[in-house]
Parts: sequence; structure tokens; C-alpha cells
Amino acid sequence: MTTDLLNVSDLRVSFATDTGVARVLDKVNFSIRRGEIVGLVGESGCGKTTLARAILGVLPVNSARIDGGRIQFQSENLLEMPSERLSKEVRGRTITFIPQDPFSSFNPVFTIGSQITDLMRWKSPLRNTQGLTRGSPWWSLRRYEKQRFKADRARVLELLRAVQLPDPEAILRKYPHEISGGQRQRLMIAQALLPEPQLIIADEPTTALDVTIQAQILKLLRQLAHDRDIAVLFTTHDLGTTYEICDRITVMYAGQEMESATASDFFNRPSHPYTQKLLESLPRDKERIQGIPGDIPTLISPPTGCRFHPRCDRADKTCADTRPAAKSIWTNHTVRCYHPNTDPEVHRELINQPYPDP
Amino acid sequence: MRLLVLIINRLLWFFPTILGLMVITFTISHVIPADPVAFVAGDNATNEQIEALRAQLGLDRPMHVQLFHYILNLARGDFGVSLYTLRPISEDLASRLPATMELTIVSVLVSTLIGVPLGVISAIRRNSFLDHVVRVFTVSGLAIASFWFAILLQLFFAMELDWTPLQGRTSGWGPEHVTGFFLVDSLLSWDLSELRAAALHLILPVTTLAFPAMATIVRFTRAGVLNAMNSNYVLYEEAMGFPKRVIIWKYILRNALIGTVTQIGLIFGILIAGAVVVEAVFDWPGLGYYAVQSIIQSDYNAIMGFTFVTGVLFIIVNLLVDIAQIFIDPREA
Repeated sequence: MTTDLLNVSDLRVSFATDTGVARVLDKVNFSIRRGEIVGLVGESGCGKTTLARAILGVLPVNSARIDGGRIQFQSENLLEMPSERLSKEVRGRTITFIPQDPFSSFNPVFTIGSQITDLMRWKSPLRNTQGLTRGSPWWSLRRYEKQRFKADRARVLELLRAVQLPDPEAILRKYPHEISGGQRQRLMIAQALLPEPQLIIADEPTTALDVTIQAQILKLLRQLAHDRDIAVLFTTHDLGTTYEICDRITVMYAGQEMESATASDFFNRPSHPYTQKLLESLPRDKERIQGIPGDIPTLISPPTGCRFHPRCDRADKTCADTRPAAKSIWTNHTVRCYHPNTDPEVHRELINQPYPDP
Repeated sequence: MRLLVLIINRLLWFFPTILGLMVITFTISHVIPADPVAFVAGDNATNEQIEALRAQLGLDRPMHVQLFHYILNLARGDFGVSLYTLRPISEDLASRLPATMELTIVSVLVSTLIGVPLGVISAIRRNSFLDHVVRVFTVSGLAIASFWFAILLQLFFAMELDWTPLQGRTSGWGPEHVTGFFLVDSLLSWDLSELRAAALHLILPVTTLAFPAMATIVRFTRAGVLNAMNSNYVLYEEAMGFPKRVIIWKYILRNALIGTVTQIGLIFGILIAGAVVVEAVFDWPGLGYYAVQSIIQSDYNAIMGFTFVTGVLFIIVNLLVDIAQIFIDPREA
């Protein structure tokens, strides 16, 4: 697949913990096409955030280790790129980031304006990075030509209006603690769009927000990204929000990706047993919430083969031995399961149950 | 606005704090079993003469009456006179204060200018060889007794190597008195040999004072930087590819300094206390040396005067620190 903007293959990441080595990502395959919004869904601790941070190259240095795999972005393997180049040309330029918690992700002691000015100083698309090399003196970092500053500032104000922030000039003069959570996340979206990236990684961007604001922010993100043909990797544990904004959904369980399908296919024809259980467990009208029997496995000694097999009612011996390869069952729909459920009857039954409003 | 409230609040607290300090010091200095009057009166004085002198000095009255009169005089700006020299205490203090201030200010500057960068580097290279060296260094800074360290420095740098003067503030008469700060005065009168002498004389006492102060600053800066490095905003700045040195020296440092600046205020108090020992060792004509002499001789008014001045200084420094805090951390405002 040469059309992929981002292609993660066989990525393995482990964390050193007090009780042993946790294998948090186990040969994960994952891809995003140009301009596509992909939702990465899974329970807490399934490795969504680790995957997002691995792509950005900001895993915790002391505890995390990448054991293998590739992260192909455009035509280069990010894992082999020198960190200097990664930081200068990829992070904040072609890949930007929207953090989970807009409350603590702004530096508390600088004004919003000065933080955005710094972002633009280094990451503005108008910036000419040629001639700035490793040996350049410290003051070259601070160089910010007046002409470019003016143009950048105009773009900032335009984007702040685009994310529907009232009175952008005043907001730039404020400190982060002086504005609301929703406003902060709008600012984060604006900051992610400013460098005109190819890909935005949004790590649970609405978890910290009020439910009423979540939908607004998500629609805004979707619209702005689509308008500019920017791809978005959107991690969440909330299936409802993926349905709202994603073109495609990939579901992860305990560090393995299980199924990947277009949004409508994902909800209408879920075929991995885990996906089905997940959809069945959504709260419905007048019914008790059904969980999935069993517990989330520990990642220090995870189950062999398919990590879902101990909780799966379709599992057999092969499931415990080796992990199934990705299988394409319909167009744009792959599943990693030996026994995917493709029976239309089962799907009809699932669909006929009313979904809650996302 | 917040600034004004802070200043008014401090001014309101100023009087009860100082009053409490004076009452405690007065009581302690007067109840210790020493009789300066007998000493002042001389070996040949008869009991009647001693009692007469005591009555003349007002030291025969009950202690609370004496305290009351002392406070009353202090409120009028009268510090009284020394029992021994009969010189006004205010003159003694005024002539000695600049010497101590110069010593402590230079020590605070030196310990901050070395301690902050060292703390930052130690934190970003956590558990490296350098970090371990710095940590050993800071623990010793906190553990070593300053009088011992001072004598060691004298033995080595002054006696053995003869790089620095042994003691005192200057070798000649000192520069023309304007501010009483020799470094400033010699610059004002453009007397470079005096400037050199003043700087050389400062090296050992400043080293003695700055070492433990620097240790505290390094520890707090290091902890502050480590704390900031684990924060979400640093994760965000890294994920957005901000240059590393800007993240460290601008974004992390300013957050880390919030804790360090508070410490600098407390360190100032420790330095004044430390100056008592250091000035005695280096024969430094400052307040600390004066305080030691006064306490040994039970020169009541001198002890009280010293306590008053250092108390006021400490309160002012901490007010300045709180004001600095408001500028560093906007959430305080």
C-alpha cells in the first residue's frame, strides 16, 4: 500500500516496571491514509497512548523501549531518523499533537501568546529551516524576522477565529489558567493546525472536557482537518465519539490491534469477537450494562497467541498458539481472527438493538 | 492589586513579629546568669559602687519595666548605648551593617549563579556521573560545619598557597566611604587596587557562606526541574518539537525557579546566622562578629540592636522574595 501516509508495522514496545517488563505493544500494524480520520479505540491500558507517543517519538526515555518494527511516515522510517531531524522537521511540522489534558498541557507561567509565538518561531510553515544546522549558535534559535512574525501573527489570529474563539487578541494576552477548558482545547486544535501538518495525533482530546463541549470540539476538529486535507489519528475509549468523527476505526485489545474497518462497517458488520462484545456492552435503553466476562490480562505475562483468547467464546487451540495474521474480509475491512463472525444474521441482530446517542 | 494586598499585609504583620522577636530576645539575654555591670565596674569596685552603677543604668528595675522602657525607646529610634564603650548602638550597627550585607549579598549571588545551572544540569543528566558528583557535593555542603570549613580554607589558600589574604576586609584603609560596600565604593572612586583587595578578601568568607547555600539551591532546583520534566506541558512541548535547550532553559527553568526563589529567601536568613561564625573566623568587621562580642559580654543593648536589624532585614528579604514570586508565577497574582 503506497498510498498510506503513515504505516506502522510489527511495532513492539515494552516498558520496564517494578514488577517486570510489560510488553505494551505486540506487533501492532496500523495505517492512515492521506486526509483520513482514523479512530483508535480500546480500553484503558490497551496501548493507544503508547502507540500515539511512539509515532511522535516521545515515549518516556527511562522506562520505554522499542523492540522492533517500523513507523513509516511518507517515505521514511521514523524509528531510524536522527532525533535532531525528527524534532526539527517532523514533530510540530508534519506531525502535530493534541494532548489529552488541555488543563496541564499549557505551560502555566507563560502567556498563551508567548507560547504560540514560540511555536510559530520554530514551526511556522513560512519558516526557512535551511541554513540552520546543528552547530548554529544559540541566538539563531531566537531569530524571528519581523516580516515573518507579522504574517505568522495574522495566520494565528485567523485560525483562532476558525476554532471559534471569541476575541483572539485578548486570549493571546492571557495566562492558561485564565481561560476555560473548552477554550484551551480549541487553542490546542489551532496550535496543531498552525504548522500545516500532514497528520495530527489527537490523544483522547476530549476526555478531560465536559460532555456538552466534547461534541462541539470533535465536530470542529473533523471539519477543520477535512477542509485542509489533514489526516488525524484519534485515540479514544469512547465508541460514540469515533462514530461521530472518524472515517475508519481500528480497535485494540491488550497491545494488539484486532480489527480495522470503515466507521459504518465497524458498527454494522463487526466481525472480531472482541469488537462484537465491545458493541454489545454499550449501554442501551432499559437494560443492564453487559460487561465482557473475564479480566484484562496483565501485560507482564500476557496470554500467548491472540491475547483475547482466554475471554473469547470462539477460541480454540490455534488461537492460544499463534496470533492470527490480518485477514481482509471485505473491502477496507481487515480482522485478525481465525474465526471472524461474518454471519449477516448476527449483524442484523446487533444492528436492530437501538444504539445510544453518541 | 495582589501586590498591594501583600505589602499591606506584611506591614501589618511587621510590628507584632518584631515585637515578639524583641520580647523573646530580651528575656533570654537577661535571664542568663551573667552580670555585665560587675564587669563594667571593674575588679576594684565595691558592692555599693556596683549597685549604684546598676541603678544608674536602670538595670536594677524589674525586667518587664526594663523591657517596656526599651521598647518605648526603640519606638523613638533610640537603640541605647553599649555598656562597655558607651557609644550609641545605632552608630555601631550603621558602620557594621554594610560589611555583613556585602558578604551575604555576594554569597547569595554566587550560590545562585552556580547553584541554579548546576541543579538544572544535574537534573537533565539524572543518575549520570556528573549528577552523582553534584549530589555528593551538595550533601557535603549541607553537612560540613562552616567554622571548620573556614579554617581549612584559611590553612590551605591563605597559609599554604598564599593566594588569598587570611582575614579582614581589606589590606589598606579601604576605599572612600560612600555606601560602605567596598566593592561598590572602590568602583565609585575608581580605585582598582582597592577593588582587587576587596574582592580578594571576599573570596574565602564567601566560599564558606556560599557552599551550604549553594547546596540548598542545587537540591531545590534539581527537584523542581525533575518535577517539571514529568509534566504534561513538557510532554506537549517535546511532542511539538520545540528545541530542547529552549524547553530546558526557558520553559522548565522558570517553573523550577518558583521553588528555588522561596528557598533563596530562607537562605538569606541562614546566611546571616552563618555570618556570625564566619565573621569571627575571618575577623570580618560585620554584624555577626559584633553579635558574638556582645553576647559574650552580655552587652544587652547591642544584642537587642543586632536582633532588631537582622529581624527587619529578614522580613524585608522575604517580602522581596514574595514579590519576585508574583512576577515568576502569574497564578500567584
